[in-house]
Amino acid sequence: MDEALLRSLLPAVLGILVRRGADFAAAEDAVQDALVEAVRVWPDDPPRDPKGWLVTAAWRKFLDATRAATARRRREDVIDAEPEQGPASDTDDTLQLYFLCAHPSLTPSSAVALTLRAVGGLTTRQIAQAYLVPEATMAQRISRAKKTVGDVRFDQPGDVATVLRVLYLVFNEGYSGDIDLAAEAIRLTRQLSAVIDHPEVAGLLALMLLHHARRASRTASNGSLVPLAEQDRSRWDTRLIAEGVEILQAALAQDRLGEFQAQAAIAALHADAPVAEETDWVQIVEWYDELLQLTDSPVVRLNRAVAVGEADGPRAGLKALAELDDSLPRYSAVAAYLHERDGSLRTAAKLYVEAAEKASNLAEREYLTRQAARLNN
Amino acid sequence: MAKYLLLKHYRGAPAAVNDVPMDQWTQDEITAHVKYMNDFADRLRTTGEFVDERALAQEGTWVRYDGEGRPPVTDGPFAETKDLIAGWMIIDTDSYERALELAAELSAAPGKDGKPIHEWLEIRPFYGHAPTITE
Repeated sequence: MDEALLRSLLPAVLGILVRRGADFAAAEDAVQDALVEAVRVWPDDPPRDPKGWLVTAAWRKFLDATRAATARRRREDVIDAEPEQGPASDTDDTLQLYFLCAHPSLTPSSAVALTLRAVGGLTTRQIAQAYLVPEATMAQRISRAKKTVGDVRFDQPGDVATVLRVLYLVFNEGYSGDIDLAAEAIRLTRQLSAVIDHPEVAGLLALMLLHHARRASRTASNGSLVPLAEQDRSRWDTRLIAEGVEILQAALAQDRLGEFQAQAAIAALHADAPVAEETDWVQIVEWYDELLQLTDSPVVRLNRAVAVGEADGPRAGLKALAELDDSLPRYSAVAAYLHERDGSLRTAAKLYVEAAEKASNLAEREYLTRQAARLNN
Repeated sequence: MAKYLLLKHYRGAPAAVNDVPMDQWTQDEITAHVKYMNDFADRLRTTGEFVDERALAQEGTWVRYDGEGRPPVTDGPFAETKDLIAGWMIIDTDSYERALELAAELSAAPGKDGKPIHEWLEIRPFYGHAPTITE
């Protein structure tokens, strides 16, 4: 049984339940229960109409739960109201579900959890494992999130930008535990791009595909980090790169530039270089300039300084760096790299040690310590 | 069975025997060290004695309540003289002796010149459950 296919049916099923009058929180529980039953029953008895099966099963679970609860009157109201629900398409339902799960009233961590469960169809246990928190904690987070959006009307127009931020967060968590969050984020973004024509949705999908294409080459066999310039480019997934570039080009052709498209363009330029030395840094700097116009983020300025260092030499990079706040994350790492390229090896080694002390994850800390060690030996 | 916390310090512990900072090691020495630590944890998983391990960032701040409606008071980053915990491993072993043995093995991780660091680790027993049978 293809679990990803099964999970891809869930948004439409949940949408149908909600349109029939089920409240979102109860409908979402019912759909999860139906999913569990499908995983149990389908291998021996595959349904002819999987979606129809899920709708029937979920609706039955919903009625059972409602009957069991004290809300008998409400259930009768719900059933009375059922025929009045107007028709809506699966694509509308799916889109509305993304909006609801990324509703601005939710905190980022709640929106992420709710999206993975209600849109992605992951179990609470899987989500808890992926984020390294106890299952009870994640259950509580999801249940509070459902309450928060409980009064939001399902048919209200939402904001694509908030959805994209949530999907970006999921992708950036990468990989921990049994669930591959990066792959799941790609699946959810792909599903979103199928129901809405929006250049930034395409831009984010392209960005994810282009980064995912390099995944195998990002870690050495001993688990240590391999920087872009040293990656074995023959291990990059050319199929994902081609797909990412194609999606990006179609998005850029719409002439509505956004930050994800600009980031994807930078990733595409890296992907395009057969060897690191042939990277088109001049164009990359131009894209960082575009990105700055869109966001004016200090992190972008920092990355731009690296690109300037490659395009116009380390002195120019250091000059661009000097305009930035030295308390920025990764500032010391960038300074170390540029000083090394400029030939100030002792300064660079000291800065690498400092950067290692400030690293926000172990892989980066080890990598930066290794750079210092390389210069000290 | 009892659980023990093995604490590793960035600073505040007595000096190790082979006390050379990692940025002075060769690449191979770093690789050997990382492999030793990973293998150690993996082996404890297979023996059924591993509970958890985490590493902490190299920064820390004191913080306390400062009264209704006031923002928390902070003091830090920690002064250079302050203990700074680098991380922990929690193990669940049959005896205190076994826990000591494992801690010593962890402390023998190779450092400069591939020689054991002899790093000082702090070992702290967890409180256990009150027993069901008391008389």
